[in-house]
Amino acid sequence: MNVKALCLLCFLPVAAVAQGFAGLGTDADGFAVPRPDPVFDFPADHGPHPAYRIEWWYLTANLTAEDGTEYGLQWTLFRSALEPGEQPGWNSPQIWFAHAAVTTPERHFATERFARGGTGQAGVTADPFHAWIDEWEMRGPDFDTLKLTAQGSEFGYDMALEAQGPLIFQGERGFSVKSAEGQASYYYSQPFYEISGTLHLPEGEVSVTGSAWLDREWSSQPLSDNQSGWDWFSLSFTSGAKMMGFQLRQTDGSAYTAATWISPDGTTQPFPDGAFAAMPLAETEVADRIVPTAWQVRLPERGVDVRVEALNPQAWMDLAIPYWEGPVRIEGSHDGHGYLEMTGYE
Amino acid sequence: MSAANRTIIGALASHWRRNPLQLLTFLAGLALATGLWSGVQAINSEARASYDAAAATLGEGQFDQIVARDGGRIAQSDFIAMRRAGWLVSPLVEGRRDGVRFIGVEPLSTPGGLPDLQLDPDAPLQGFLTRETLFANAETAALLGPDTVPENVAISVAPAVAPGLILGDIGIVQSLLGRKDLDRLLVAPEQPMRRAELSEIAPHLVVQDSLQRSDLGQMTDSFHLNLTAFGLLSFAVGIFIVHGAIGLAFEQRRGTLRTLRSLGVSLRRLTALIAVELFGLALIGASLGIVLGYLVAAALLPDVAATLRGLYGANITGTLSLRADWWLSGLAIALLGTALAMADKLWQVAHMPILASARPRAWSQATARGRRRQLGLSAVFFTTGLGLSLFGEGLLAGFALQGALLVGAALALPALLHVGLSAIERRTKIVTWQWFWADTRQQVPGLSLALMALLLAVSANIGVSTMVSSFRLTFVEFLDQRLASELYVNVANPEQSDQIERVLSRHADDVMPLLSMSSRAAGMPIDLDGIRVTDTYRENWRFLAMGPQAWDEVAAGRALIANEQFARRADLWVDDLVRIEGADPLPIAAIMADYGNPRGQLVISETLFRTMNPDATPRSFGARTSDADTLMRAVRQDTGLPEAAFINQAQIKAFSLDVFERTFTVTAALNILTLSVAGFALLMSLLTLADLRVPQLAPVWTAGLPRKTLARMELLRAMALAVCVFLLALPLGLALAWTLLAIVNVEAFGWRLPMFLFPVDYARLGLLAVIAACLAALWPAISLARLSPHRLLKVFADER
Amino acid sequence: MVLTLTSIAKAYPGADGVIPVLVGVDLSLEPGDTLALTGESGSGKSTLLHIAAGLEMADEGDVIVDGQNLTATDDTARAAIRRGTVGVVFQQFNLIPSLTVLGNITFQARLADKEDRSFTQQLCERLGLKSQLEKYPEALSGGQQQRVALARALAARPKVLLADEPTGNLDESTAAEVLALMLSLVEENDAALMVVTHSEKVAQHMSRHVHLRGGKLI
Repeated sequence: MNVKALCLLCFLPVAAVAQGFAGLGTDADGFAVPRPDPVFDFPADHGPHPAYRIEWWYLTANLTAEDGTEYGLQWTLFRSALEPGEQPGWNSPQIWFAHAAVTTPERHFATERFARGGTGQAGVTADPFHAWIDEWEMRGPDFDTLKLTAQGSEFGYDMALEAQGPLIFQGERGFSVKSAEGQASYYYSQPFYEISGTLHLPEGEVSVTGSAWLDREWSSQPLSDNQSGWDWFSLSFTSGAKMMGFQLRQTDGSAYTAATWISPDGTTQPFPDGAFAAMPLAETEVADRIVPTAWQVRLPERGVDVRVEALNPQAWMDLAIPYWEGPVRIEGSHDGHGYLEMTGYE
Repeated sequence: MSAANRTIIGALASHWRRNPLQLLTFLAGLALATGLWSGVQAINSEARASYDAAAATLGEGQFDQIVARDGGRIAQSDFIAMRRAGWLVSPLVEGRRDGVRFIGVEPLSTPGGLPDLQLDPDAPLQGFLTRETLFANAETAALLGPDTVPENVAISVAPAVAPGLILGDIGIVQSLLGRKDLDRLLVAPEQPMRRAELSEIAPHLVVQDSLQRSDLGQMTDSFHLNLTAFGLLSFAVGIFIVHGAIGLAFEQRRGTLRTLRSLGVSLRRLTALIAVELFGLALIGASLGIVLGYLVAAALLPDVAATLRGLYGANITGTLSLRADWWLSGLAIALLGTALAMADKLWQVAHMPILASARPRAWSQATARGRRRQLGLSAVFFTTGLGLSLFGEGLLAGFALQGALLVGAALALPALLHVGLSAIERRTKIVTWQWFWADTRQQVPGLSLALMALLLAVSANIGVSTMVSSFRLTFVEFLDQRLASELYVNVANPEQSDQIERVLSRHADDVMPLLSMSSRAAGMPIDLDGIRVTDTYRENWRFLAMGPQAWDEVAAGRALIANEQFARRADLWVDDLVRIEGADPLPIAAIMADYGNPRGQLVISETLFRTMNPDATPRSFGARTSDADTLMRAVRQDTGLPEAAFINQAQIKAFSLDVFERTFTVTAALNILTLSVAGFALLMSLLTLADLRVPQLAPVWTAGLPRKTLARMELLRAMALAVCVFLLALPLGLALAWTLLAIVNVEAFGWRLPMFLFPVDYARLGLLAVIAACLAALWPAISLARLSPHRLLKVFADER
Repeated sequence: MVLTLTSIAKAYPGADGVIPVLVGVDLSLEPGDTLALTGESGSGKSTLLHIAAGLEMADEGDVIVDGQNLTATDDTARAAIRRGTVGVVFQQFNLIPSLTVLGNITFQARLADKEDRSFTQQLCERLGLKSQLEKYPEALSGGQQQRVALARALAARPKVLLADEPTGNLDESTAAEVLALMLSLVEENDAALMVVTHSEKVAQHMSRHVHLRGGKLI
């Protein structure tokens, strides 16, 4: 999914972030590297892969309250390894961190957590599924039935998820190429969750229902040195079809794009570089910078030509590594809703 | 600069060429003043930087902390349980190894993030987490022995790490200290909603408010205030010197100024050029002073560092860095002082008629009216002081009281000297000495600034040395009481406790377990100690106040002992009831002095302690023995305890005395320095007066007193004045000491120090003051003895 | 003789080497003598008076005061001789500012241990100072100051009174008054008086008159 996360993984509170993006393109010393034609092993692959440098469990949800108000929700657990493998106690080279956010039409709440592996403060087990950091967790008897909780000082949520369709494999059967040079990751999703639960907001509790999309991705060297940021879209159309598309903006002004079309029954069609296109239509000043918050998104081979517009243009994640992430509405050739993530807008 | 300006400056500067001595005194006065001021500021600034580094590294005073209720350690599982329950806390482990303090933190959760370690950009920061690197400042890093840290661990030099401290990831520090547990948890200021209560997750842990933790900065404030007072005093004296030098230069250049004005140099230009000239000189003097200040600070800093470490456990670095704040403040205050001294004279120049007399005016002679006015002002200050001592509250009032005393006394000095010298004069029958006293009295107005400076310097020195010596006497006596046992054994883990007690009982004459825990009483956190009441306690402990059969009551569990800090803060005294959290109220049987401890402390019997806390095990044992070394060896053999677990009473005492020695070194150095500056002020005043003295002395000489006798009398006069000043300084100094001990100390630390008198020290100070005055008068006296008759006779001839 | 000067020579260092001021001056005074010493400005007349008083040393020659040769003595001894034997009155700054009028008058006499209270009282009466005794010199007028100086110089009953322009700072009538008092007091006490002056009027009142030119008396 979102290439932003790759950059985040490079972040440590103590580390000079200066090496930034370029640092991710370096060769993975000692880390395993994704290979084409992967064979997944479930439920084990829902758990962590410490031999790889970076990994995440990334959930976004479009929610509606009984009064019709729309909300967005995010819950992400990241794993970043200083060295491949796992060791007990403080010796563990695994770093965990997590982001949680709730977007309302007027406000955007976001918070984060950090933890060391090896001590029990954070981790993921595959069976039964349990992903946690501090008191935040996503857990259930299996990957299809999950409870989700997180909170910051101002907001929190308790959600229940129920998968309504199969896992989706992005790129070539789960091998997702990220640049012309061949950087890639293992990438599968569960875009068919029904979600319901309670948002805890300053103004009170809100019961909501909606749909959620969970991305699983792990890799060791997914970025190219000449990539400066990205725009990632997960779109759910009222027809029941879904689409994932991203463009990696390159320093020369061009972009590397990829997309996956997901039919209502879960069958997928990947599209290579160039098939998917996204153009900014309107910009908003957010956190002292200009961010495009309305897009024209096209996938001509599927007849998609839609206007994607932020529910709340101020959905800025003001965290250790800042980025924009929030729910969107879709109009045009298709209607629907989804999530947008943008990074690299300095 | 235009040619005209160069010419004028040249004419002005010729004065300094012809009077190199005046130039020297001006520069030296300013340099001395700036030097002492900036030296003291440098020490303070270095210390503050060290405290800041310590606070930033440890989050001391910044964040709430969670500690074990029993004062012990915290299991790592408690940390995980708290995180999993939504408490944003960060673990911290600390301990000593090979004499160096190690702190392990968890950088991902440390509230506020790690401090900016000021590392080189290329330094291996990743090493923090990958357990390859520890961080220390250069000084501490240099102290490390080859075996302190394993080979695969690098020490990275980080200037921002507090002195005497090695900072590292919690993992590596735990393994270095052989620990798997934690000492405390730092609580992040912002916590998530819907968090469980601490009592539900870990009832054996308590939150300590950040404000309740002792703040090094506050603790050491009074020490630094003393230093600053010294610095300010020296500076005030130095400014007297500068004032004198500038005044003299103006007087002697009246002719030049008159000539320049009559040659058509505008007043504005003249004033501007004089300002340029004097500021130029002031800049040179101040720069010399900053160099001097650096040297003073560098020489004193190791002793100051040792003192602060010994008295307050505050680590400050022993090396000095050139921080902008202190040298800029030195420069600024020197220029300000020059400007002040100059403003008055420039005003006079501006109002001087072009053709005013070129003869130097007689030095301002204080009239009876002037003396009365000063006396009136002095009375105002003393009344203010009295009011402050009766109604004032807080540390500031204490210092204001001291200031009022000092200024009041300084203002009263000329009048008091006048009265005293007149009285002596009336009682003298021998004509030479009648003249001597009369003449001494006549010199007082001209010398009054310098004499005030001497008064301030001597009384401040008496005050501070009384305080320091009283502190030492009290503290050593206190150590004798409180460390009555010859050997103390610290227990690292509770399981060992029984075994150690058995072994000690076998070898020692008497064994006294000490139980300890954190608790609360009278609404404040306290340390609660449980002791076995033995004869050792009964015979050695002395109380500030006690009820009848105090020890019996305590031993029977019917009463408790409170330290002075607790008693003063809670406003309780003997017989008042205290309720310790979770126990029945007990009366206070006695109040004990507890110098140097910032926290409240209550002492109860061992038996009562165990009823309140059945799981408690002693954390240390005191053992009576005639041979501490043998006992220690025997216990080590039987229990395998490391040497670090033992505290030898003799060693602690030796250490404490060493700390005081260092304090005295600093105090003595400041004594000498301030008296030197006061002496220098006197020298300057005498030199300034020297020319004006000639007409006063010439008739005495012609009447038949030889120059040698006159010169000897000049020396005697300076010494006599120093003695008079000293006699006035003595009560003033003692009053200062009293305010320091009974007011400032109580406000700052919560305990009152008894005041002792040290006549020998005062005599030594008096002698120093007399020597300083004598040295100051030596040069003018020698000049007088060598003054040519021709110069003396010129007085009588009419120039006009 | 109470004062004998023999072959007195004195030179001062100047810009172009040594400048001779006195070159072989001989002079003597007997009790009761009054001598006017006149000369151009810078002729060395004050220097001669200083040498006579033992305040300055001659480069060559002998100064014998009341039978004691000042040339062979040190500063301390000269001071002792000066105390008891010589009285000096200058043009100005004769008085010790820290002492009262009475203190000033008795100062030299008490130093010489020759205080005579009735004589002092008599002097003060003659000089009209009785009401001024507790004042400090700064409170007196110029004429009064010179009277006090005169009393101070005479209180120890000196054998020789040396006066350097004693009336130079006074107006004419005050000057005449002070001069008359001086002469009569010298006569009454049988002392010798040498007055350095540039004033012919003053010189006329003296029994002898010598003039200094080119370092010699003529």
